[in-house]
Order: sequence, then C-alpha cells, then structure tokens
Amino acid sequence: MDGDGSLERLKRDGRIVVVGASLAGLRAAETLRDKGFAGSLTLIGDEACEPYDRPPLSKQVLLGRASAERTALPRLRALDATWRLGRAATGLDMAARRVRLADGDEVPYDRLLIATGVRARPWPNEAEADLDGVFVLRTRDDSAALARRLDAGPERVLVIGAGFTGSEIASACRERGLPVTVAERGAAPLVGALGGVVGAVAAEMHREHGVDLRCGVMVTALEGDASGRVRAAQLSDGSTVETDVVIVSLGALRNTEWLAGSGLGAGPRGIACDAGCRAFDIRGIVTDDIYAAGDVARSPHALFGYQFLSLEHWGNAVSQARIAAHNMLSESTDRLPHMEVPAFWSSQFGVNIKSVGIPSMGTEILVSQGSLADHRFLGVYGYQGRVIGAVAFDHGRWLPFYQELIETTAPFPPPFATVDRRPEGQRPLDADFPDPSIPTHGPTVTLSGYSPADRRMTFTPAH
Amino acid sequence: MTQSLLHQILDYANRADPYPIYEELRKSPVHHEADGPYVISTYYEIRSLLHDPRISSDARNLASNAAEPPAGAPSEESTLPPGFLKLDPPEHDRLRRMTNRPFGPPHSPHRVDGMRGELHDIVTGLIDGIGDPDRIDLVEQFSYPFPVTVICRLLGVPREDETRFHVWADTLAANLDPDPDADPAERDKGAQDARMQLGMYLAGLIEERRKNPGEDMLSQLATAKGDDGPMTTMELLSTAALLLIAGHETTVNLITNGMLTLLRNPDVLQRLRADPRLAVPIVEELLRFEPPVQLVPQRTTLADIEVRGVTIPKGASVWLVLASGNRDPRRFEDPDRFDPDRPDIQHLGLGSGIHSCFGAPLARLETQFALAELARRLENPRLLEDPPPYRQNAVLRGPRRLHLTCDGIRP
Repeated sequence: MDGDGSLERLKRDGRIVVVGASLAGLRAAETLRDKGFAGSLTLIGDEACEPYDRPPLSKQVLLGRASAERTALPRLRALDATWRLGRAATGLDMAARRVRLADGDEVPYDRLLIATGVRARPWPNEAEADLDGVFVLRTRDDSAALARRLDAGPERVLVIGAGFTGSEIASACRERGLPVTVAERGAAPLVGALGGVVGAVAAEMHREHGVDLRCGVMVTALEGDASGRVRAAQLSDGSTVETDVVIVSLGALRNTEWLAGSGLGAGPRGIACDAGCRAFDIRGIVTDDIYAAGDVARSPHALFGYQFLSLEHWGNAVSQARIAAHNMLSESTDRLPHMEVPAFWSSQFGVNIKSVGIPSMGTEILVSQGSLADHRFLGVYGYQGRVIGAVAFDHGRWLPFYQELIETTAPFPPPFATVDRRPEGQRPLDADFPDPSIPTHGPTVTLSGYSPADRRMTFTPAH
Repeated sequence: MTQSLLHQILDYANRADPYPIYEELRKSPVHHEADGPYVISTYYEIRSLLHDPRISSDARNLASNAAEPPAGAPSEESTLPPGFLKLDPPEHDRLRRMTNRPFGPPHSPHRVDGMRGELHDIVTGLIDGIGDPDRIDLVEQFSYPFPVTVICRLLGVPREDETRFHVWADTLAANLDPDPDADPAERDKGAQDARMQLGMYLAGLIEERRKNPGEDMLSQLATAKGDDGPMTTMELLSTAALLLIAGHETTVNLITNGMLTLLRNPDVLQRLRADPRLAVPIVEELLRFEPPVQLVPQRTTLADIEVRGVTIPKGASVWLVLASGNRDPRRFEDPDRFDPDRPDIQHLGLGSGIHSCFGAPLARLETQFALAELARRLENPRLLEDPPPYRQNAVLRGPRRLHLTCDGIRP
C-alpha cells in the first residue's frame, strides 16, 4: 500500500507536532511511538506542567483527599519527545506547515495533531470576574486555589451553573459542611445532558444534601466590597445571595482562537474533522496532514446519524487520540474511524452517575431498572424508535448491556423483561429536554462574492 | 457411546484438564443438550450475558420452579434465605451495598489494604511451620489454613471453631457442583442441614457481637445503621455464611492452582523469586488461566434471549463457563499459554457485572502475598505428583492435595 515510500520516510525521520499537552495529546504521542514512529516528536502546551488528570480536580481535590499537584497522568511508555511547555501556540501556517508559539518561535511539522481542548467559560463581566473569591474550575491551579479557599472555611459558597462540574463542586462543598447555594438557569441540574426527568432526581439530591438550589434563575451581577473581595450576587428573580466564594461553572470554550485566519475549519464549536480525525479546512475540504482529537475535535459519528459531535469526555479523548495517531501513520485504506460509543461518569452526593450513548438526543426515557425515587435506577433513552443512550445512577455495572443495545440500534422501548423492573418502568416518559430549536451558537462561516469562481467563505466568530 | 459434552465437563476423569473439552464446547458457543442447560463458552457471549438484565440469579425464576415448590422442599422457616449471590436487584443491591460498607470504598477504603501486615504475619507463620521440606502438602499446610485464618479474622469468627464450620463449608461447596451421580434430594437435604447448622452457629456469634461489638465485620454488620436500615437477622446470617464460605473456598484453589502453575513454569517462578512485584500480573493471569470458579451454573432467563442466532427461551437455565471464555482464542492470543506479561488481560475469572466477585480485592492480595513468599522461601521446589489429585467439584475446581518437595526453607 505504501506507494512511493513517503509514509515509511515519515515514520523514519518525519516531524510530528502535537499541540495540546493534556490527556489526548499525551496518549496520541504514546500511540505514535507504539506504532513505530521514530522521527522527531514535539509536544506543545500552554501550561507549564506535564499532563495531568482532571476528573479528581472537582472531586477528591476539593475534599482534601488528593493534592492537585499530584494528579500527573501515568505514562504508558517512554516518549522521547521534545516538550515545549508553558508556551501557547498562537498561530498556524498551513501552507508552510509551521506552528507559531507565543514566544515567536516557529515549529515545522510534517503531521500536526491539534488537541488544545477547552477552557472554562469565564464570568462575562471582567471586573466582576476579577473579584477576589471568584473562581472557575478547569486547571490544576484552579483546583488548588479553590481547595485552599474552601479550607479557609467560607461563610457561603455560590456555584453558578448546575452541570456536572457545578454539581460535583456543590457536592464536595456540602460534604465539607459548607453552606452552598447553586444558581441554575435551566429547570433542574444536569437538564441539558440528561433531561428533565433525570434532572428532577438531581434536584432532589441537591436539596436532600442541604444545597440551597435555585433553578430558573440567572446571576445578573457579582458585587465586591471595598477591598475587592466578592460579597454578594444579584439574581434575576430580584434576590441577593451573600457569599464570599463564587464558582463560575458555565461550561467550556474550545481553544481554537489561535487558529483564526489559518484557514482551518475551526471555530467556537471546535475543529471539524472527519471520522478519522483529519481536520477540515473552512471550505469543508479534508486536510491530509492536520488531525484533531479530544475536547476540541468535532467529528461525525456513524451511530448517531453522522452528526458532528464534540464530546468533553475522558474516554473520548483517549480513544480519539489513539485513532488520530494511528491514522497519521497509515495509508488511506488502513485508516480507522473513531467509533467509540460516548461514555462519561460523574460522582456527586454519594451517587455514581454513568452514561453511554447520547442521552441528549433522546426524546423519551424508560426507567428500565430500579426507581427514580430511590435515586438508583437505569434510564434508557429513545429516539425515533431506537435506543440512543442510557444513564445509570448507582447502576453502572449494567451499562455494557445498554451499550450493546445502542450499538445494534435496538428498538425503543426495549420489548423484554428485566430484573428489577418497577411499575414506573412499564411505559416511556417524555425525557423533557430543553427545546433544541433555540440556538446557542450563531453562524460561524459566511459567504461572499457572486460567481462560483469568486465566492469566498469567511470565518465569523460568534462568541 | 460418546458421552455428552456436559457429562464430560462434570466427569471427574477430566478434572485435571478440562480445557480440551472447553475447546470442543466453544465450537457451538450456545450449547444445548436435550433438557439440559444452555451452556455458554465463548468470551464475548459470556461477558455480555453477565451484564444482561434479562438474566436472573434467582432460582425462583426457573421455569421448572415456577409452579409448585417440589415436594419435600424446605419451608421458609427451616432454612436460611439465599445470600445476595443468588438474589436479583433490588434485594441483591441492598444487601451487597450494606455488606460493602465495612469492607470497601467509599466507606472503608483501607479495610483490605490495612490487612497487609496481618497477611504477611500469617503467611510467614504458616511457612515457618511447614517442617519437613521433603514432602509438603501445600493444600493442607498452607493454601487452606491461610485464607481461613484471614476470613476468620476479618469476620471475627474464632479460628478454633474451624473444625466445626469446615464440615458445613465442605458440604455447601460440594452442593454447588452439579454432579450427575449424586442423588439431588439427598444432596439438597444435606446442604440444607449444613446451612441451618452454620446459621445457628453464626447466630450465636452475632448475638454475642451485638452485645459486645468489636472491629470485625460481623460486629459492624450486626450493628450497622446506614441509609438502608439494619439487616434482618436472617439476612445477616445468610450474608455471614456467604462471606465465610466464599471467603475461603475459592482462594484455596487460586493459591494452589497458582503454585501448581508456577511449578509447571519454572522460568516464571524464578522471575517471581527475583521480583515479588511480579505477583500482581501473575495473579491476574492465573485468574484467566486457572480460575477457581470454572463456571457459573445459576442463571435463568427472564425473557427469550437470542445469543449467536440461538434463542434461549424464557425460564431456561444458563451456564456460563468462565474458564472456557478465558481460553477463547478470539479474545486472547495463544490462550493456552501461561503468560504473566500479557498486555491486555480482562479475564472472566472474577465474573463481571453486579455479581462480580465481592471478595476480589482480598483474594488478589492474599494470593499475591502467598505466591511471592512461597517463591522466595521454598528452595528449589518440585512437584511430586503431576497432575495432583483434584477435588470432585467441577465448579470450584482445584487440587485436593498438592504434594511437593524442596531442598529447604529459607528463613
């Protein structure tokens, strides 16, 4: 298959650059070496430290059970790589095949892997975001700083946003005995990912653990005192929450700004790529030397109607990185598609939450095992008569079965008896997701010009 | 006349090496003879059925049990209820969860790890006591007393009572073996008696722990007040009986199979002697290569289930032959080779799904300690008999004795 020997040359003495030195970047680099890549390997990362693991940052670290500094990811093999840490990539010249760094340096490549991930969405008002006591939680430093502040015993903690990270933070604070208010714009915690039926269970969990949960409200302003410390938050329902620690947990932004103007198909939703992780340029044409993996990648998934999915899941980062690395060193017919079934987990209020598939694509949910009232159950999501996702609250060991149903496009509702089926599980319910027709992102590409020959596509940021 | 495959599995003549029969069995991944069980022998099918909620562990769901209880069946009061091993959710989940509180994370993350010192002392004491190195019966002198001592300490059962519960445990373990030659009624009667006597014995202990609780698991189970409320006395007795029996009947075989395998693979034994850390991958590979629980015979379908094109009807009995799945060449390269360096070893030796081995963390640690220390201290050990004599049991398979000799015992 190796027509002109170029692939062999690449493997022997090519240059591969990985931008993004976190989970996906590290695992991709390891895979490249596993697959026999003997050339020069460079990893570029904007943080000064070597790759670390993030899941403990919102759980064990906040509980004081683990130190943020000691979350380094295990190395699966020796890498023999050049590490350019503490320097962000600031630009990409696709024609010259070079990555520009913040210090002005340029790194040439034959193959490039982009795994720059996401960052925490900051509080939109900069002056308020700068108040002492206002945090986000994404990096090791964020987590260490927040853990220190929680150690000091604040009067009250306000968490803005009740997605997975926000809920985990609230849970950790309650476990430490700290008074917590959670403000969530949606109707319930986790509602975007798991829908209203499961969101109602999450809301009960918050309240049973003493969280002052306020749903359907937004925080409109943060107020500081004379010394610049946060003191209170104004809510859209007119109420005020007195607080000395605020954690802004409003999801993530994809780290793609550095690619603006490069011509790569990158924007606020991530880097569009094909199922083999090869990035598209903004014309929708696949590149052959630039790959993307992890949180920043957005690729079509065969199981989910070839919808372009971007997933901020640990397992997704690992499997996508491995596929990208494999494909970088393979002839076209040997390339593999990224077909991992999405899966994630969370741990909050003593409950282990796990999910497979894409629950948020589901329109209906069937509680096939256990009971919502006990907060121990398995919910199967249905979409157009097939099983599309499943979520387990303290029932994770059953998930491989439901994953098989998803993989085999099994009918929904599943027509068979299972152990522990309760009366409430006899009929599917409306999964109660927020209306997807309300857009959350604007257009990212605009067209100009008249004749086909001079029509141009321009990237339009829509943050 | 050729024996059916099912009979060959159970036939004692094949106990020392059942693997050729498993290989034969895997040619039809869903094997079914007359009114026998549906026997599943391939890795992926077993793995998927272990996670299948249409499969029940509760014998009451068997079609043959659906109508009237068989004549002479023990009434509710005369016996212990089934342990959580033989229950489905939600009862299973509740009892397993409550039992896990004093045993593992998140509530007792250090329980097993905290026993390292004790495990070391017990192992050392047993090896010190071996005496004549010319003729050692490893089972009698080491593999049996070690886990029994450990489970007794963990539960808070007096070690001196071992001779009493040994008989009951033997009877109950034997009852797990679907031995075709035994009279089922008689066997069940014997097992019920043993369960009852074991229950009465444990009831006395628990009564005493309630009054005078210690740090042991029986005390903690007897006085637990978690979200799930307390266990009933009957639940407590079944659970304690389950832990006591499962807590040693399996580890004995894992340790013995382990030493047998190492003696058959002297290069690996040599490596272990040089580096005790190798015990970790060795034990994992052992759980694949010679698992103490060869098959799970207690599963029932709650619905018609299609497996590899065969429909297993509702109410059918299903056997999952874990040891065969572990040697499935579609899953493991060169499966009949003992290779502790395998990079990917997700074996079925401890099961999977909600019934995956409860005591796994302890069994692993015990066996790692045992093999590393035996490798270090026994000088030039050799088998005196290969294969050794096996126990009758086809389910809990392991040597009855393992005679070996060595040049001496290092301090």
